[in-house]
Amino acid sequence: MSYHRITLKVNGSLEVVDISGNMTLLQMLREKLALTGTKNGCASGECGACTVLMNGDAVNSCMVLAAECDGAEIITVEGLAKNGEMDVVQKTLVDLGAVQCGFCTPGVLISARALLNRNPHPTEFEIRDALSGNLCRCTGYNRIVEAVKVAAEIEGQEGA
Amino acid sequence: MAIAQASTSSVVGKSVKRIDVQEKVTGAAQYTDDIAFGNALHHCRVKRSPHPHALIKKINYDKALLIPGVKLVVTGEDFPEYVGLYLQDRNIFARDRVRFVGEGVAAVVASTEEIAEKALDAIDVEYELLQPVLDPEFGASKEAPIIHPDLEKYEHPNFIFPVNGTNMANHFKIRKGDTEAAWPQCAAIVEHTFRIPQVQHVPIEPHVAIAKAEENGQVTLWASTQSPFAQRALLAKSLHIPESDFRVIAPLIGGGFGCKAGVTMEAIPVAAALKLKGVPIKLLLTREEEFYTNFVRQGLVIKLKVGCDKDGNLLAMENTMYWDGGAYTEYGVNVTRAGGYSSTGPYDIPNMRTDSICVYTNHPVGGAYRGFGMAELHTGVGQIMDMLADKIGMDRTEFHLRNCVRGGDVLATGMVIHEVGLPECIDKVARALKLGEKEAPSAPNKLRGKGIALAWKAPAMPPNAGSSALVKMNADGTVNVSVGGQELGQGTFTAMAQIAAESLGVPYEAVKVLGPIDTRYSPYEWQTVASRLTWSMGNAVRNAALDAKKKILDIVAEAWNEKPEDLDIKDGYVISYKTEESIEIKDFVVYGLPKADDQGWLGGPIVGAGSFMPTYVTGLDAETGQGERAVVHYTTGAQGLDIEIDKDTGRITVLYAASAFDVGKAINPDMVRQQMEGGFVQGLSSAMFEECQLVGGEMRNPSFVDYRIATAIDVPEKIDTFIVETAQDDGPFGARGIGEHPLVPVIAALANAIYDATGVRITNPPFSAEKIYMALLEAGVVN
Repeated sequence: MSYHRITLKVNGSLEVVDISGNMTLLQMLREKLALTGTKNGCASGECGACTVLMNGDAVNSCMVLAAECDGAEIITVEGLAKNGEMDVVQKTLVDLGAVQCGFCTPGVLISARALLNRNPHPTEFEIRDALSGNLCRCTGYNRIVEAVKVAAEIEGQEGA
Repeated sequence: MAIAQASTSSVVGKSVKRIDVQEKVTGAAQYTDDIAFGNALHHCRVKRSPHPHALIKKINYDKALLIPGVKLVVTGEDFPEYVGLYLQDRNIFARDRVRFVGEGVAAVVASTEEIAEKALDAIDVEYELLQPVLDPEFGASKEAPIIHPDLEKYEHPNFIFPVNGTNMANHFKIRKGDTEAAWPQCAAIVEHTFRIPQVQHVPIEPHVAIAKAEENGQVTLWASTQSPFAQRALLAKSLHIPESDFRVIAPLIGGGFGCKAGVTMEAIPVAAALKLKGVPIKLLLTREEEFYTNFVRQGLVIKLKVGCDKDGNLLAMENTMYWDGGAYTEYGVNVTRAGGYSSTGPYDIPNMRTDSICVYTNHPVGGAYRGFGMAELHTGVGQIMDMLADKIGMDRTEFHLRNCVRGGDVLATGMVIHEVGLPECIDKVARALKLGEKEAPSAPNKLRGKGIALAWKAPAMPPNAGSSALVKMNADGTVNVSVGGQELGQGTFTAMAQIAAESLGVPYEAVKVLGPIDTRYSPYEWQTVASRLTWSMGNAVRNAALDAKKKILDIVAEAWNEKPEDLDIKDGYVISYKTEESIEIKDFVVYGLPKADDQGWLGGPIVGAGSFMPTYVTGLDAETGQGERAVVHYTTGAQGLDIEIDKDTGRITVLYAASAFDVGKAINPDMVRQQMEGGFVQGLSSAMFEECQLVGGEMRNPSFVDYRIATAIDVPEKIDTFIVETAQDDGPFGARGIGEHPLVPVIAALANAIYDATGVRITNPPFSAEKIYMALLEAGVVN
């Protein structure tokens, strides 16, 4: 087993973390940094519950080795709100009743944020496609899709 | 004193935001796996049977104990007692024989998960293979090998009827009227057999449990569970621990759908903890284990015969159901019972003969799954009613309306049903779908069709399942409501806060209902299952709030020298209708009121207590299934889909779906709609994609790649939901449950739409593109 000391930025804070070579980014976030908002649903890259932003891209953190994150910038669900103000996708998920058990929600929020960052005006299909890696068993998805749509509209107005 | 403004608006019936949503969108919500236990935490992994049916000849774990970091190995030898909710047929670990692939035979506790996993390979289990039973009909036959030779010794309640010396763990019968005499009077008769496969619940949060036993006898279990109190009761009994010493802490759960009801894997870390005291021991199932070792929705073979007269009036039905109960049916026997007493579906049928048989097989263990037998039952009933309507030549919607249950009907069990809004539900769905209007497909290679199906379901539970609640007043006027029912995502904490606020007379914002549920401090609740909380726990919360209100008014009445009847609480103020005096409740609900002469005090800290338990459910005769009141009530509804099928691929696209359910009273209409939408999509997923592929007893698709569930691209863009409200006489504000029902009719409604589109009836789900294409090919619809 190899051991490493890595330096990375998580939710804006610089962190120095000692990790073992087989530790995943998901394990590091949850076990070393106490960021338990990111969820473990399958540990095999299939359900999307562990989605985080890594250098701006949405990744399944269970499929990324922590050792690969040296120098990376990670954003988790805990880092979406800025100065106590929720991100617009957080607000629209709340407003549109798109949260039930909440276990897929952190991953959904990150996937939605990644989509809007790279494509501020997505079509309905693009939204559904971007969320297709985030399994949800409670909501039936449509309210989530609608929430992302509304978030895009709000951000479009703010940006205009 | 200021005169309080009387509240003009009611919070019951309002779509307030869910109480737990802020924490869920910020990552702050704590689920079981999120609890930190520090360095003392030990990990547990389970050695599982690779065989569906075998005798255990020898278990040797000496080598496992030599691995550094391994602390303990436990096996069935250590825990001889049975555990089970309805039929106590299961041990915590297999003892002398294994009965399904994945059954636990031993558990290792080690300092890390990796070491525990590695130690499993060092455990040798010697088996003698036995012939497995892999089909419920065969299992019920005389030729089948017996899976539970000790069936006659198992404890069970008096409403479960095992057949000793067979694999039949429960045989529920209905004999009403005379079906044999009715058949000659029928102008049309349809017979068909439907097969519904096992499906898995697939909560996104896997099962997880942590147990710790102390030297002083205290045991604590932290678990992702729908049933903290049932787990306490069942495990405490099996392990000889007083309930008062057994504490179950149940944080928010990441989806349950029935698989976290009763006792499942939680027993394993508890058992291990009793042998290794003082340290917390954690078992977190892998996704693979989640698929093949947990409760499944039972498979079902349902043989239906149904007939009507020339005007389309239903005259008789025979319904024989073989439920694939799996290796242990401790919970599944009651699915069979529920399927039995509801076996007509929501139809008024004067002559009924039902045999609902739970059969032991060497398949995964069947348990509760959202709908509790109803989706499986309705897959048959919902299709055969359309088939009969077509055969007698009647408009399908008219046929459903003519025959659906209505208030005052005598059901197959002899129970007289309360008023139901089912006809209104059918009407709403039929109009929304424009049923009867044939619409053009979007392309020449597509076929378009519409289908509906009806649904009913009663809470399936013991007759005396109870609830309780506490309403605790705080000195700033806020209120904490304690309940024992679990927040699964269905929104029950929010609905309870609404009921408490309305009943007490305080603003909704003042009331908090929060987890975790903790059996040491939370009041008793039977289980969070059966769509029973809004109704049952809602009644307990209302009673607790009314108790607190009475205590508050009594104090003020004495202080003001008025009668309590002349006082009320509005928006957090006690007001007098007589004198127009008012006082804010926060001024006295903890510290009391000074007496009028200032010499001494009145009152004290206010705690309201409330309970609810139905007292009127009667037993049913073992031979005829007849009794005065089989169940507490039924929630009814209808659902329909408008679909297209691609002739080149067999792929279904759902263009539109509509649901209508009679919820009695929607405490929170938007959350009722959320249940209707989410339940529909879960049902659609099972209808289109889902099946546990069991080959020789082994599940071949235990991953999200091979067991596909619906994703955001699979669901119709538009789903309309209609709320019908026919008040429940004993529901809080008239409410009854809705959590499970939207999933119930989906498979039948989709099958009916497929038939409408193609003229081909494909009866057995899942309706995969491949299955549809092959059926169209065989029928000559495509070539």
